Amino acid sequence: MTLAATIVKRISASFTIDVDLRASAGITILFGASGSGKSTILRCIAGLMTPDEGRITLDDAVLYDGGARVNAPPQHRRVGMVFQQLALFPHLTVAGNICYGLSDLPQAERNSRLAETTRMFRIEGLLDRKPARLSGGERQRVALARTLVTEPSLLLLDEPLTALDFDIQSRIIDDLRRWNEQRRIPVLYVTHTHREVYALGEQVIVIDNGRVLATGVPHAVLEHPTHPLVANLAGFENLLEGHVLERDEIGGTMQVRIGSSGPDLEVPIADLPSGSAVTVGIRAGDILIANEPPHGLSALNIIEASLAASRREGPAMVADVRTTTGTRLVVHVTPRAFERLGLHAGGRVWLAVKSYSCRIARNDTIRGGFR
Amino acid sequence: MDWQAFGLSVRLAATVSAILLVLAVPLAYWLSVTRFRGRFLVESVVSLPLVLPPTVLGFYVLLALGARSPIGRLWMEWRGHGLAFTFEGLVIASLLYSMPFAVQPLAAAFAQLDPSLRDASAVLGASPWRTFLRITMPLSIEGFLAALVLTFAHTIGEFGVVLMVGGNLPGITRTVSIAIYDDVQALRYDEARATAFALLLLSFLLLAAVYGIRRRPWAASPLA
Repeated sequence: MTLAATIVKRISASFTIDVDLRASAGITILFGASGSGKSTILRCIAGLMTPDEGRITLDDAVLYDGGARVNAPPQHRRVGMVFQQLALFPHLTVAGNICYGLSDLPQAERNSRLAETTRMFRIEGLLDRKPARLSGGERQRVALARTLVTEPSLLLLDEPLTALDFDIQSRIIDDLRRWNEQRRIPVLYVTHTHREVYALGEQVIVIDNGRVLATGVPHAVLEHPTHPLVANLAGFENLLEGHVLERDEIGGTMQVRIGSSGPDLEVPIADLPSGSAVTVGIRAGDILIANEPPHGLSALNIIEASLAASRREGPAMVADVRTTTGTRLVVHVTPRAFERLGLHAGGRVWLAVKSYSCRIARNDTIRGGFR
Repeated sequence: MDWQAFGLSVRLAATVSAILLVLAVPLAYWLSVTRFRGRFLVESVVSLPLVLPPTVLGFYVLLALGARSPIGRLWMEWRGHGLAFTFEGLVIASLLYSMPFAVQPLAAAFAQLDPSLRDASAVLGASPWRTFLRITMPLSIEGFLAALVLTFAHTIGEFGVVLMVGGNLPGITRTVSIAIYDDVQALRYDEARATAFALLLLSFLLLAAVYGIRRRPWAASPLA
């Protein structure tokens, strides 16, 4: 089974979705920020929304063809979809929900599918319950089971696990993987958290502003992002624009000057000539912070800065620092470290950044090398 | 107490409620899902009887049903008599008069339904009709109940429209509210008292039934 979808859909005067994507058997992640158009793409594929132009096929079956005026209604597409809000039917029991899509089957077949699916997703004990009396993880399992029991030819998942804690998330992901090993259908999985990309994806498609930005295996696309936007989405809180000053082939590094006045950063050498405009991505958690000039570190980049502001976000302290040359950086530290160092707004700090924590992206390759 | 008038009112209310439910469901559903820009105009027309004096509505209905109107003439050819001052004429007038009491609770119930439930039903293979029967209707049951009871109670109690369109023919158009008015005019206060009390009791019981079943406060309000 292979999904091929070309979709053009004008959402507003300034926002048009224009994508061309393929997904073969296995899990493909649609990755992008909220509002990038991922959910609209899923809705077009499911038939809940009609594109303005394009063509959507599943192997030989044409689901939509703007030119030939083919537009199969959602109930005839054999596409399974799990919604972000799950959309369990509140007036039906778990069994009623799961059997909802099986009304055309004989009773015996219905029962055996119900039994098999509920065993697979470990919800046998919940059959008589209404959705209101289920926990978050149980609801997610029921929503998945209700969709998978119909044996769709394509599965669309719209951020179905985002609300769950990591443990439950990864167990459900395991169930989903096991299920798909037997079926081998294309699964399109929408998310905006990169943790899910690594946990799930065999293939990732990065969507931004209604376009496909990059396609590839998660490791290649997210770990070595060639496009600044991909880097940003992949959790690089600091994206610093600069240019290559000089290359040190023997030392394996090159110097990049951020902005016009620095700081100058030592980054891993890349195949870029001096003078190239680049963006350096550094994760906020990869920056060490010190309250005096540090010594004896392997980190090549020691930058003097001052703490502009700080705030607590979940378990982490987010520190806003400004280098002596005026560059702003975001640094994540634990509240304990923050307190132990006696950090306070206006105080002097030193930042240490390993060369290998600096990812580099060329500014002129707008479409990236992984397209 | 005028049992004949009472029976006539119940028959009228039951007929109107039944017909109106059939008419109001598609209209209310359309109002709740349409993106048509002129929706507010349709809503205004449907809701007119809420604010219009019954005599004004009755006057226009009388003109529309009269022997010189197209509807009146068609009816005349079909049934051999006019529509004005007949039970059928009353039914038509009451349909218009009670329309908002059926449409508004239904539209409100449909609109508060999570649209992703309909989407989920469709991708699970259900046709729009099946989605309506298995998802939309059961989850809007309070709206149906409210529409039914309010239409019934409102039709039973109508006065001005009946007077304009139906007149006061015993057994044909003399409804219970007309009977009360008549009794008072003729100084038959004991008769009027009994009939009025019966109407009060019936209305109270109907509303108590709706609010007794409702889960949200004022779920049955016509202005919900």
